[in-house]
Amino acid sequence: MSEVKEKEPLFSAKNLKLLTNPFSQENPIAVQILGICSALAVTAKLKPAFVMALSVMVVTGFSSMIISLIRKGIPSRIRIIVQLVVVAALVILVDQILKAYVYDVSKQLSVFVGLIITNCIIMGRIEAFALGNKPWPSFLDGIGNGIGYGIVLIILGFFRELLGAGTLWGYRIIPESWYVANGGFYENNALMLLPPMALIGVGLIIWVHRSFNKNLIEKK
Amino acid sequence: MKVLRNWIDKIKPNFEKGGKFEKLHSTFDAFETFLFVPNTVTRNGSHIRDAVDLKRVMAVVVLALLPALLFGMYNTGLQHFRAVGMPDASFWTCFGFGFWKVLPIIIVSYVVGLGIEFISAQIRHHEVNEGFLVSGMLIPLVMPVDVPLWMVALGTAFAVIIGKEVFGGTGMNVFNPALMARAFIFFAYTPYMSGDKVWTAGLLQGQGVDGYSGATPLTDAAGAVLNGASEITWTHPGPLNWFLGTIPGSIGETSTVAILIGAVILLWTGVASWRIMLSVFAGGYLMGLLFNLIGLNAYMNIPAYYHLIIGGFAFGAVFMATDPVTGAQTNTGKFIYGFLIGAMAVLIRVVNPGYPEGMMLSILLMNAVAPLIDYYVVQANIRRRNKRLSAAK
Repeated sequence: MSEVKEKEPLFSAKNLKLLTNPFSQENPIAVQILGICSALAVTAKLKPAFVMALSVMVVTGFSSMIISLIRKGIPSRIRIIVQLVVVAALVILVDQILKAYVYDVSKQLSVFVGLIITNCIIMGRIEAFALGNKPWPSFLDGIGNGIGYGIVLIILGFFRELLGAGTLWGYRIIPESWYVANGGFYENNALMLLPPMALIGVGLIIWVHRSFNKNLIEKK
Repeated sequence: MKVLRNWIDKIKPNFEKGGKFEKLHSTFDAFETFLFVPNTVTRNGSHIRDAVDLKRVMAVVVLALLPALLFGMYNTGLQHFRAVGMPDASFWTCFGFGFWKVLPIIIVSYVVGLGIEFISAQIRHHEVNEGFLVSGMLIPLVMPVDVPLWMVALGTAFAVIIGKEVFGGTGMNVFNPALMARAFIFFAYTPYMSGDKVWTAGLLQGQGVDGYSGATPLTDAAGAVLNGASEITWTHPGPLNWFLGTIPGSIGETSTVAILIGAVILLWTGVASWRIMLSVFAGGYLMGLLFNLIGLNAYMNIPAYYHLIIGGFAFGAVFMATDPVTGAQTNTGKFIYGFLIGAMAVLIRVVNPGYPEGMMLSILLMNAVAPLIDYYVVQANIRRRNKRLSAAK
């Protein structure tokens, strides 16, 4: 790149698009169908879903940025292992921070924090974007995809906890007096807490999402 | 009849293209073809058009379900009056009580299911799918009598939307809708679909006399396995009672006799496949014999034919496994499909006492596998014929 160009502002329209596109049009879960497994595993309650979304966002953002910084020095034959080292280091950091500050949530998330390493979104973004772009756009792209993933997780967690346990963030929403045991008419839907219903939930989100974004519907 | 026909012909133009109720065409069409044989004539080529359309096939199945339904109503009353300590209640008292208990479940299932079918047909400009005529009758028959009506409504809605409409409606569904409804309620509201109280009307409200238990043979057997008992204590003993159906259980599944009458109707009219029915029973029986040989606990040691008359085995074999949409299509495939349903049902019952009713789970599982079975049957046929071809060369 020999031509001298004007310094691009940090949040130029192009960069902002990198950040916001994965929210809906290129949503990692609803459109790219990546990262489904953790979406099913951690969304039974809203709080772990939120913490997980935050952790993934941090890891995707910073791993994309770091890889982008050193992208010219990585021999392409061993790039996967280099990427893994970076991602693993970040995941361990996140894991230790969670253990230190929100121990109960960290216990609920159990192996799934460690398994962020294998989350397809992270490797996908590094391979598809960070290896060929500058650090700042890569960072925005990573954060954007993390948020897109988080949005779906939080929607799932919201409905699963509300309908499955009658609570949100651990606070009771559906009053105790509604339950059959207390002379009411209502029962929790235990199916909501099981992973199969989360998969159906992802399906429903995709359904609703595409009915609002007709351009995403596959041609027959 | 003539008057009705004339009236329908008079209002028909309103629903055709350009008429003022054009949007309601599929609703009108559904009622018209329900009442009269459609007068569609094939205009090109030589096709044979039978007067028996999908609606009439469905009507035969509903007819075949009637014995199980009527007996279920009687049995609901019988079990209730036994539980409250009035075992001498007359036949008509029992039937009347059961009738008023079962009727609301049927109404809820039909209103919710058909409502969704009509709405989705209007949105997609389809004909209204008549598949729900049977599902709407099957759903109440596989419910415990004391299930709250809003759960029936929710289960039905789930089955029709997630189990059927998202796949493209009648004829496209992978899973049997009635079993989807039951599975939904079983997993979502487990206390209302298992245990020994829900199967008899009134027990949940504490109306039963002291010491009465509404445990089904399946609950007894699963309980014996869980407690490690060497003998199963049957709350309602005797193979004869199980065969006749005077025991607690889901509304339509208790009486093997009534189900067999339905089976005769289905087989005689050629609606259901005898291959599937036969092989389901064979699979269950052989699996029962196999468990007799292993004989590790009390459940494994019961006579193999017990499995065929307790729980929903017979009902599933006759009415659920034979569903032409979700079952295997090839003749060899039907034998494999049926056999595995029977074998798997007994396997789940005996090995996993947490799910006493293995029939529901095994049919749903085999529904998912049926296309695969068909695929391999067809491939095997192609290979065999290829071999014959290359041998002839």
